[in-house]
Amino acid sequence: MTGAGFAALLSHWRYRPLQLATLIVGLALATGLWTGVQAINSEARSSYARAAAALGQDTLERLQSKVGRPIAADRFVALRRAGWLVSPVVEGTLRLGRIRVRVMGIDVFTLPQRATPIGPSGNAGIADFVAGDDLVLVHPETAAALVDRDLNLRTSLQVAPGSLVADISSAWALLKRQDFDYLMVAPNQPDGLAPLSEIAPDLKRVAPDPQGDIARLTDSFHLNLTAFGFLSFAVGLFIVHATIGLAFEQRRTVIRTLRALGMPNRTVILLLLAETVFLALIAGLLGVVLGYFIAALLLPDVAATLAGLYGTSVPGSLALRPDWILTGIAIAFGGALLAVGQGLWRMARMPLLAPAQPRAWAMASLKNSRWTALAAAALLLTSLAMAWLGGSLLTGFLILGTLLLGAALLLPTLLILALRLGARMARSAMAEWVWADMRQQVPGLSLALMALMLALAANIGVGTMVESFRNTFTGWLDQRLASELYVSANSEAQAEDLRAFLSERADAVLPIRTTEVEIGGLPVFLYGIADHATYRNHWPLLERTENVWDRVADGDGALINEQLFRRGGYRRGDRLPVAPGWTEEIVGVYSDYGNPTGQVIVNHDKLMGYFPDIPKLRHAVRVPPEEASAVAEALVEELGLSPDNILNQADAKRFSLTVFDRTFLVTGALNTLTLGIAGFAILANLLTLSTMRLSQIAPVWAVGTTRASLARLEMLRTLALAVLTWLVALPVGLLLAWVLLAIVNVEAFGWRLPMFVFPMDWLRLLALAMIAAGLAAAIPVWRLARTRPASFLKVFVHER
Amino acid sequence: MLLALRDVRKSFTTEEGPVDVLKGISLDLDAGQHLALTGESGSGKSTLLHLIGGLDGPDSGEIKVAGADIAHMDDPQLAALRRGKIGLVFQQFNLIPSLTVAQNLAFHARLAGRLDPDWNAHLTERLGLAECLHRYPEQLSGGQQQRVAIGRTLAVRPDLILADEPTGNLDEDTGDAVIDLMLQLVADVRAGFILVTHSTRLAGLLDRRLHLTHGRLQ
Repeated sequence: MTGAGFAALLSHWRYRPLQLATLIVGLALATGLWTGVQAINSEARSSYARAAAALGQDTLERLQSKVGRPIAADRFVALRRAGWLVSPVVEGTLRLGRIRVRVMGIDVFTLPQRATPIGPSGNAGIADFVAGDDLVLVHPETAAALVDRDLNLRTSLQVAPGSLVADISSAWALLKRQDFDYLMVAPNQPDGLAPLSEIAPDLKRVAPDPQGDIARLTDSFHLNLTAFGFLSFAVGLFIVHATIGLAFEQRRTVIRTLRALGMPNRTVILLLLAETVFLALIAGLLGVVLGYFIAALLLPDVAATLAGLYGTSVPGSLALRPDWILTGIAIAFGGALLAVGQGLWRMARMPLLAPAQPRAWAMASLKNSRWTALAAAALLLTSLAMAWLGGSLLTGFLILGTLLLGAALLLPTLLILALRLGARMARSAMAEWVWADMRQQVPGLSLALMALMLALAANIGVGTMVESFRNTFTGWLDQRLASELYVSANSEAQAEDLRAFLSERADAVLPIRTTEVEIGGLPVFLYGIADHATYRNHWPLLERTENVWDRVADGDGALINEQLFRRGGYRRGDRLPVAPGWTEEIVGVYSDYGNPTGQVIVNHDKLMGYFPDIPKLRHAVRVPPEEASAVAEALVEELGLSPDNILNQADAKRFSLTVFDRTFLVTGALNTLTLGIAGFAILANLLTLSTMRLSQIAPVWAVGTTRASLARLEMLRTLALAVLTWLVALPVGLLLAWVLLAIVNVEAFGWRLPMFVFPMDWLRLLALAMIAAGLAAAIPVWRLARTRPASFLKVFVHER
Repeated sequence: MLLALRDVRKSFTTEEGPVDVLKGISLDLDAGQHLALTGESGSGKSTLLHLIGGLDGPDSGEIKVAGADIAHMDDPQLAALRRGKIGLVFQQFNLIPSLTVAQNLAFHARLAGRLDPDWNAHLTERLGLAECLHRYPEQLSGGQQQRVAIGRTLAVRPDLILADEPTGNLDEDTGDAVIDLMLQLVADVRAGFILVTHSTRLAGLLDRRLHLTHGRLQ
């Protein structure tokens, strides 16, 4: 009995292959985008974990300067002589041609066993490593990018991508330094050691960091990606829900017959559940394959984004990992069961003789429209309340979620109201019918239209955010990169030559001095600047006290960046603990987009007085713009400076904007894919509804309307619904942009951006929405235009 | 002559092969004349009505409505014919579910561009629909829905009214009341009328009766 019943239920799909394809493709698309995003996140996190585990940083304690200064070699020697098992490490970043690498110098003789970078997968031995031939270990992918560099490369999978591990002397040569950043502490120390405070009172013991700074910094980025993946999944789920709901109603006759023939309701429900699991397995596997390709396509851009935003290095190739594969299949099951849940619930309570009512199914949501509108109002009010209270990144995403869901639920009610208004203005019988018929179509199409609305709102919201960001960023770059050249020397001696060389050729040579300090437990970069019109006229200040520049010039105040200002909860006028025994009044706040860490700017001389060891190597050079290239060439040819040490303002801006644009390629791609899914949702709905439409259209045809006119009107209706949906999506998208700019960005990145609106982008999106809806309607309309009169006649003789 | 059919043939292709439904039908109908068409299920009554109404085309033969040969008309010409000269009443009522009773009643006449508000008000009154003008079809009984369908057809004052089992979905008393009213109103507009019915009793109420059996008229 069970086998026969299952065969009867499954036969539905044989007669409706298009519906089956819609269901599987819908679920596979939803799963695919979700899985793609998860695969990207998984790859990135694995890379962070490797970086965090480099040299045992995730498990080993370390000693480092209390004020963020480098550690002199004599400190290391003193500790070793006192019996401390410590090993020195020097770290720094180096631009080698087109890539930036994190250089890590180690001393293999004192390196704790747990910290060794040379594991079984490496092909270099310790002997090679210290043989004096400047061997450097890199990940195979990094090696490929450095192949044209004059380096003795060996590959090791133990080394994180983007990192370079070398013996400390080689690292010193690369970084042009002679000191250490920290000392690793071996886990088992001898008994009776002299306390650290006696041997090296300027050092402190720091606990291991199992997560790593990078993972923490990039959390918000990955949360953003996950939110996008979930939005795409939700949009795809609308297709699945619509298709499964209709299939349930269409099969009521079969189910009624099965039950009348003695099959228990429970068995029928279990069979339908088994069918769902089977279909979800197929769609889930397809989705995972699709997700792999999506991730592989997007990963290079994500890697570029992460490198641009956070300076992290993620491999551009994708590995198959069980976590995202299993999550993908699980979410396909979850989605399918969620979509089928309502149908099964109704089935469990359905009387034996309940008639099949596919049309009633389509109209059911209309009956519930009051409740739906109430739920929508409640969600929107919740969103408003949370925006009022604010507070965290999670709140930001909850605001986005409730706003989008509330707006989606409100959409059918708004459309029906708009169509009623339109009907009142209709003057001809045909116009009256078109408006009324559109209104009647809304319940059946509402899920697809909700999907379209979500996709459009996400496009408008994210597009507005990105363009606002780009506008602000471009203006900010002009202010921030006011100097024509940025030049670094390799040594103090070369720096002196450089200053002498430029004194006659440049309008001004402005020193840039920096060191890392810790404020409120977080690493902060402390800059010293000279008093100059370059800063007074251009520096992008968000808040300022009176005579702000005079006060900085007098050493009577500090400027801080927006990130530190917001994360530290400071106010203008507060005193900032710059370093032990040194506080400064906050006299101004400046915007600092794209920088994940805090920054403080103080007077140059005051900084150098407090930190006299800061290398005096970096300079901003003011020259007439038309002479910038000639001066740069002269620095290379006459002074022998490496081109890598000179950054031209124009190149820097171009590079920054390129990084910026690549950063948002991923969101752009996800936006387009989501819109594509919404288009498919409309197609799926129109195709499934087209068979039911015949009985509504046939009477109009019978009283004297041509099939061509009816087809044109059908297309017009779909386009009009797309336009109305766009009209609703517009304010929702702008609200979304506001939440992203004013709440999510502030919480995730620490900066707030002004909001700009771009009406031409809205119109472009309207055109895209109409193209998507038009393409989706094309097949059903084409079918209607070619419907043979005999098909219309069936409506009139049906069930005779 | 309002309607003239000459040797009209129609066949359908089925899985078992072609089936000849109409095998050379010829008939004439004058303006204002009422004809009852009876026959068993599958005898071709509805098919014949669909051909006369321009809803379908014959395989061969000639169908002239008010002197125009509709067998060779294209889709727009047939649509114009149905809009202006022919009224159709179906067993399934085939009202437009998204429009109110008032909008349904006026729909065909407005499409044809000849809505007469006085005549419409008269029809509404005669059909007893004044109380339900703002309701939707799904809110009406079967008898009420059929009266709306009849009103929609008569509102356009067509030359020829074709009714396909208009009382087939109604009980006998309601059906009789609907058909009586329909005949009175058809007489008022002086239209030609063809009624397809199973009922010999109903057929007896009309001027002429023809029986269709195995695709031929008797």
